[in-house]
Amino acid sequence: MDEDFRMRPKRLRGTLLGLAALGGAGMVGVAFGGGDALLIAAVAAAVLIALSLFLSRGPDKGSQGSLAAPKDTATQLLPGVVRDIFECLADPVIVLGRSGHVIFANRASQSLLGASVERKHISAVLRTPSVLEAVDHVLAGGEGETVAFSFLVPVERHYEAYVTRVGRDGSPDSGLVLIQLHDLTAIRRSEQMRADFVANASHELRTPLAAVSGFIDTLRGHAKDDAEARERFLEIMSVETGRMRRLIDDLLSLTRIELNEHNPPQGTVDLSVIVRDAATALGPLASADSVTIDVAKQGSLPVTGDRDELIQVFQNLIHNAIKYGRSGGRVRIALGREGSDRVFAAVEDEGEGIPRELIPRLTERFYRVDVKRSRERGGTGLGLAIVKHILNRHQGRLQIESTPGKGSTFTVFLPAAALTSQESLAPTADVMKM
Amino acid sequence: MSEHIVKSFTEQLEGLANAVAQMGGLTEAQFGNAIEAIAKRDAALAESVIGSDVRVDQLQLAVDEQAMKVLALRQPMAVDLRDTMASIKIASELERIGDLAKNIGKRALVLTREPPIRLTQGLARMGRQTLVQLKSVLDAYSSRDAKAAESVWRHDDEIDELYNSLFRELLTYMMEDPRMIGLCTHLLFVAKNIERAGDHATNIAETVYHMVSGEYLRDERPKADITSTTPIPFRPKS
Repeated sequence: MDEDFRMRPKRLRGTLLGLAALGGAGMVGVAFGGGDALLIAAVAAAVLIALSLFLSRGPDKGSQGSLAAPKDTATQLLPGVVRDIFECLADPVIVLGRSGHVIFANRASQSLLGASVERKHISAVLRTPSVLEAVDHVLAGGEGETVAFSFLVPVERHYEAYVTRVGRDGSPDSGLVLIQLHDLTAIRRSEQMRADFVANASHELRTPLAAVSGFIDTLRGHAKDDAEARERFLEIMSVETGRMRRLIDDLLSLTRIELNEHNPPQGTVDLSVIVRDAATALGPLASADSVTIDVAKQGSLPVTGDRDELIQVFQNLIHNAIKYGRSGGRVRIALGREGSDRVFAAVEDEGEGIPRELIPRLTERFYRVDVKRSRERGGTGLGLAIVKHILNRHQGRLQIESTPGKGSTFTVFLPAAALTSQESLAPTADVMKM
Repeated sequence: MSEHIVKSFTEQLEGLANAVAQMGGLTEAQFGNAIEAIAKRDAALAESVIGSDVRVDQLQLAVDEQAMKVLALRQPMAVDLRDTMASIKIASELERIGDLAKNIGKRALVLTREPPIRLTQGLARMGRQTLVQLKSVLDAYSSRDAKAAESVWRHDDEIDELYNSLFRELLTYMMEDPRMIGLCTHLLFVAKNIERAGDHATNIAETVYHMVSGEYLRDERPKADITSTTPIPFRPKS
């Protein structure tokens, strides 16, 4: 390039726009005077003004070309403090410009829509037809709208979107559209769970009921005078009615516990005594399966709790260990303190163990790892759900560990009660003598 | 999209992409609702699926017209040309998915009048899997992500596997109880429609990949649908 060229670099807010030059092939060797330099400067300034007018025209640029984003218009329309407030909201908030482009999306919306959605058109960000229709409606001057929508995959999620125009009556129209999203997933899920629960409970009751009524028909019909068959049928009917009774008992106690769940228990009980009592009560059942129950020796472990409910926790856990443990095996129960403020009781069986991925589902109502086996052993599918709710009420925790092929350990943690008086120690002495 | 000297060109291309995304959202909802209508035996939902097909067709026309205008007036080059072509191709694939969803909706309506059958849960699972594919490929289109598109393209065989197992299960049902043939035929067609929708999602993935990278996904696509070569043994009941 020839030295003679007169150039003026031009910048717009730090960005180099280009050079304004005066020259050409035929002008090589032509000397420029001071007036020429002034002319170049004036032309360059005019070009700069024209360019900056062109680049800052309209609220939305669409693309993110470096020139096209002179500090963006979103900042002008949404002052910093408003952005900061939006950023603090727990619900997703999206602000759209006049043409439907996203000019702001707060932090809460990122988990839903992904990062860097700004400057994209709303249809590239949130494809949901009902929301897009509401946006079109509002952009066309319509009233604000509330629409519900769901994502079915990958995880089912339900939302409500409130789409509205920003501005008050009488104030100049900002042209902005605000989309607020509200997560309804938890509510929908609990509704679904309730419906599922009723369906499951009815289903569980129907099977034994069908068996009983079937045998009644048979007994009335051709088995009327067959004494041997009658005995056998009555036996089956008694097993089936037993199953129904257990299920109803469990359902009732679950309801009772849930009603009480928010009331913390009163009174102090000794966890060692409770575990021992529960184990003793299940002694006959264990010996019928030739299972030995081993309770580790341990002094008094006072906890704040409801005796009957805690007995039920350990009866359910020990009963499970007998049912799903190895026949002729051993159920070990360890007791102790963890730190100064927690006590624990761990029920360990020698069964087949539970696959890791199923463990989180164990406390779901009517969830069974092996449906057939649970039914055979008279399980209702509610035992661990009851345990979970009782422990919730006691501010306790259930920890389940399992090694497939070796066995499972169900550990109950409870907050230790403070030793207030000598009398709470009294039962301990008795226990130690036992 | 990089900025063009003529701003309205950028706007036109962007408008085209937005129309395709909007159409995608509509088909996604339509397909998802069709599957839910099957799973939950929801006649009203099935009706709405059948009704919304008109809107998908309208959008496809709009995309075609806009794309034609861009081609005729702007003579786009390189990535702009691929963008324009992709919008036409994707819109026609989406329109096909919409048709399949409509057909599933019609069959869902029939199924609500029949006694409940457990196999619909398997169909629903296959449908949701396909919906994941459709959602991922539309996300890939919006974010211009060739990697994501390629991953959709690779995962179609999972749907094929599900289709195979459902196909066998349905055949067994029909052989065991001839009274089930009517109902099972509907289910078989629903399964086939879902499988086809999955294939269309894969086609979109190929288009998106080409649009972004300029290259073609060349190696053999993983295919696992073997139902067209599955013999149907005839065992008359003795």
